[in-house]
Amino acid sequence: MLGGDGKRLKGFDVKVENVSRAYGNFKALDDVSIEIKRGEFFSLLGPSGCGKTTLLRIIAGFDNPDSGSVLLDGKDILSLPPEKRPVNTVFQSYALFPHLNAYENIAFSLRLKKLSEKAIDAKVTEYLHLVQLEGHEDKKPSMLSGGQRQRVAIARALINEPNVLLLDEPLSALDAKLRQNLLVELDHLHDQIGVTFIYVTHDQSEALSVSDRIAVMNQGKVLQIGEPFEIYENPATDFVARFIGETNLFPATVRKCVPLHDYFLTTLYIEELDSEILVTDYDNLPEGQLVSFTVRPEKVKITTDRPTHVSKDINLFKGIVEEPIYSGFQSKYYVLLDNGTVMKVLQQHANYMDEGPEIEWKEQVYVSWSAEDGYIVEVIDS
Amino acid sequence: MNRARRSGLIYSAPMGLWLTLFFLVPLSIIVLYSFLKKGLYGGVEWQFTLNAYKEMFNPAFMRVLWRTLWVSVVATSITLLLALPCGYAMARSRHQIFWLALVIVPFWTNSLIRIYAWIAILSSEGFVNELLRSLGLIKESLSLIYNQGAVITVLVYVNIPFAILPLFTTIDKFDFQLLEAARDLGATKRKAIFSVLLPSIKSGVITALIFTFIPIFGAYTTPLLVGGKDSYMIGNIIVDQVTKTRNWPLASAFSLIITLLSTLGVVWMLVSSQQERVQNKRGVL
Repeated sequence: MLGGDGKRLKGFDVKVENVSRAYGNFKALDDVSIEIKRGEFFSLLGPSGCGKTTLLRIIAGFDNPDSGSVLLDGKDILSLPPEKRPVNTVFQSYALFPHLNAYENIAFSLRLKKLSEKAIDAKVTEYLHLVQLEGHEDKKPSMLSGGQRQRVAIARALINEPNVLLLDEPLSALDAKLRQNLLVELDHLHDQIGVTFIYVTHDQSEALSVSDRIAVMNQGKVLQIGEPFEIYENPATDFVARFIGETNLFPATVRKCVPLHDYFLTTLYIEELDSEILVTDYDNLPEGQLVSFTVRPEKVKITTDRPTHVSKDINLFKGIVEEPIYSGFQSKYYVLLDNGTVMKVLQQHANYMDEGPEIEWKEQVYVSWSAEDGYIVEVIDS
Repeated sequence: MNRARRSGLIYSAPMGLWLTLFFLVPLSIIVLYSFLKKGLYGGVEWQFTLNAYKEMFNPAFMRVLWRTLWVSVVATSITLLLALPCGYAMARSRHQIFWLALVIVPFWTNSLIRIYAWIAILSSEGFVNELLRSLGLIKESLSLIYNQGAVITVLVYVNIPFAILPLFTTIDKFDFQLLEAARDLGATKRKAIFSVLLPSIKSGVITALIFTFIPIFGAYTTPLLVGGKDSYMIGNIIVDQVTKTRNWPLASAFSLIITLLSTLGVVWMLVSSQQERVQNKRGVL
């Protein structure tokens, strides 16, 4: 049976070392190095064309890097053909065999291993149960719903007992609600069987909600590797900040850097705001350095009255609500600041409102955030 | 009759007329003639008899019938075995138009001329023999023509485009990620092709089979031009019965047999594709 902590050991660690792959002049992967721990749920996150799928195909054995190596459990696997690698793949389009029914699709790898009919039946039944597909075994893929095809694809890959499971945007073809459910199931499945999952996605909320760690990629390069909260709260580059979640991002120039406790209180000049702002940072940045400043919409406070007590490290701006978007548990406001810049602000509705949201269209508001809530990110691309 | 049905009849009338004039009427004449008595100098006498069918069981004719079947099976198999990798390579190529053109261009030349070209290639002073002689590999000419081998070679050559085209079309529609999926699940390259590609392109294979088997089975020109005494096929017998022996009922009976066997092939194709659909449907219940 499945389950138990012992299964954790089944996962292999994956080491991608200095892998590069070019198609003509296009660098799909540019000196990529990633270390994935055994049993980890690791996501490769980035926009289309960032190289994440190329990396997955290299690990699976469908593509070969121009240079670099891929180690599974310490052994270089690049010389092995796909059928000899201890990895299995859940394809984006599922790639179910159309001429075989669900049962035979799942049994495919067992039949190749020439197991006895009895052993095959026992195992397929077990995995049909695991992905909750009992009663659908006789259906051809064309007769299954998107979610059911997805489950067949997962069972077919897992029944081969891989040490690493590769998932190539496995949920992208499903509708939003189903995607949420399957994502939770996938997470449970990972906990249950304990093999290493490498999950490719362009959907940041998917990656944030299930991953142990995430590698954010763009243009063939890994920009940041970290746990979901690190990636969200502490993006390394302006690309990561913009790609993960929504944010307000402004180019800025360092004016002054003053040490304060174990960090630096930095004064930035932001041309778009035509103003100086305060932000805390761990680095002592030289005056005149060009950086990006970002603050998440949910960290910005919005009030109709001018805050009465404004401490020194609060950044405060006045503006007019251009577009309030009420969505039940929260409202999003596009605030046009006096200097012509638009800022996104999110307000959670934590308390009961019997007279509706208090901030209306075209109303004058104050937006503010404290120095710790914003952060400085490196400028790589613009 | 409502308007929609009437206009449907009008639109399908040319097709119906065509089929009636050029298929049903001639076929009926053949059926009719096969049951009549042969005329002394060709033609028929209006008298019902089963003579034509009795004559068919003449051992000399049966030998030719078996030979025709044998040659057709061998030539069709070779054609398919060659056409499959060709269709595969074309479907995977980036220059599909170029390869398609190469397959289609020979049709611009009359098939009779193309068969004559093979005489130039295979005859004792032909291209192959001259080449082997100049390389010093042979002294005496090899007899490459006027035998069964030459007939099969040329039949394969003439018919291979009809196998390549349907195979190319189905392989081109095949999702090649399925092969990656099979490899991923532990199949070798060869195993992936046999267990995933071939079953998925079954309809194309059956079409190719029928498109080549039927014309080969009824072949007449090829055995006449490049065959020897031992390569007579049914097609040749029919022509002989019409032009030399002047036994029109027997010619009709043979033609009917060819038509029947070909029809059986088409029915088999339809039934097997129908079966697949039924299997798919059973999955719903």
